[in-house]
Amino acid sequence: MSRAGTKLDSKKVFCMKNILRYDENLYIINSELFTLTYGALVAQLLKDYENVEDVNKQLERMGYNMGIRLIEDFLARTGSGRCYDFRDTAEKIQTGFKIFLGITPTITNWSAAGDEFSLCFEANPLTEFVELPDHCLNLKYCNVLIGVLRGACEMVQMEIACWFVQDQLKNDNVTELRIKFIKRLEDAIPAGED
Amino acid sequence: MVIYGVYIVSKSGGLIFNHDHNVPRIENERTFNFPLDLKLNYENKKIVVSFGQKDGINVGHVLTAVNGGPVVGRELENGRDVFEFLEQAENFPISLRFSRARMTTNEKIFLASMFYPLFAIASQLSPEPRCSGIEILEADTFRLHCYQTLTGIKFIVVAEPTQSGIEILLKRVYELYADYALKNPFYSLEMPIRCELFETNLQNLLENVEKSGTSNV
Repeated sequence: MSRAGTKLDSKKVFCMKNILRYDENLYIINSELFTLTYGALVAQLLKDYENVEDVNKQLERMGYNMGIRLIEDFLARTGSGRCYDFRDTAEKIQTGFKIFLGITPTITNWSAAGDEFSLCFEANPLTEFVELPDHCLNLKYCNVLIGVLRGACEMVQMEIACWFVQDQLKNDNVTELRIKFIKRLEDAIPAGED
Repeated sequence: MVIYGVYIVSKSGGLIFNHDHNVPRIENERTFNFPLDLKLNYENKKIVVSFGQKDGINVGHVLTAVNGGPVVGRELENGRDVFEFLEQAENFPISLRFSRARMTTNEKIFLASMFYPLFAIASQLSPEPRCSGIEILEADTFRLHCYQTLTGIKFIVVAEPTQSGIEILLKRVYELYADYALKNPFYSLEMPIRCELFETNLQNLLENVEKSGTSNV
C-alpha cells in the first residue's frame, strides 16, 4: 500500500478538487480516490491481522456486508426484474460493475450446464497502483468483490460461490473471477413469487 | 393531491418506518348544556362518540379535553371520572373538545404486521402462478399502494383515491431508502429507520409530488 501512496503526487492532489460531480442521479467520484481508499483499507488490515488468510476472510466479510446493502441501490436504480436464468444474472452482474466501478468485464467460459461462468477484467480500478510485496503472495487483494457478489445475490435469494482463477497482480494476463450458481434460496423468496 | 402516509415493512413483516404526511387535524370544541346530547362510550382506553353526530363531531371521534383540561383514558386532569362528571348537572354548561382518533405507533406496528399475511394470502388465492400480491387496495376515502422489492421489502403509500403517479413515487422512495438508510453505516438492516436525512428527503419528495405531480421527481 505504501507504494500506492507514493503515486499520489501533487498534481493528482490538485485535481481532486473536482472529484465530485453529479451525473444522472449517481455520484461519480474519481476512481483514484476510491483506489487509494481501498488500498489504505487493505494495508491497515494487513497490519492489524498479520496473517494473510485472515485478511482475505475479513475482506470477504466486509464485501458481504456491502453487497447486502448495495443490491438495493442496484435494484432501485436499474429497476431490473428477477432473474430466472443464470445468463440474466451474468448480464446484471456485468451491469453492476459498469454502474459501481465504471468497468465492463467480459463474460466468458460458460460451463456446459450453464451454471458457471467467468468474468474477465482487463483493467481493474481496485488494483491500479498495486504491486504485491513478496510476503503477501497469498493475499487476495480484491476479495472484497467476492463478498459483494455473494451478499448481493443472497439478498435476491440466490446462493453463489465465486473465486479468483487468475489475477493480474500475480502476473496473469487478465483477472478472472469465476462465479458458480449453487441454489435458489427457496425459503427466503418473498410472498407471491414462489 | 394528498398523500396521507408512507410505511416501510421489512422482509420479516415488521414495520421499520412510518411517516404521517399532511393528515388534516380535525378538532372541534363546543359548549354543551345538560343533559349531554351525545352518546359516549369507553373503548380501547378512549372515550368515543358512539351516537348522535352533529356540527362536525362525528361518530368515532375521540374526547380529548373537558373545559380545556386534557382527558387521559377516562379520567380528567384531577383524576375524576369523566362519565361521573358529565352526569352532574351542576358541572354544566361544559366545553368539550373532540378530535379524530389517531393511530398510536403500536397500532401502526400491529396493522403493518396484519398487512403482511393479507399480502401473502392474496398471492396464494391467485388463479395464475407468480402473482405479485396486493399492489393496490382501494376504499372510498383512500387508496393504498404497495410495492414489494425483489429482496422482500414492502413500500406502502396511502393516498387520496384520485392521486396518480404513485408507482413512480414508490420507486423514488425505494431509491431514497437505498441511499439514505442503507448507505448510512450506522443503520443496521431490518431495524427501524431513524435517519434524519432519509426523513427530510422523503418529506421534500412528498411535498414535490403533491405540488407538481410526479413529472419531475
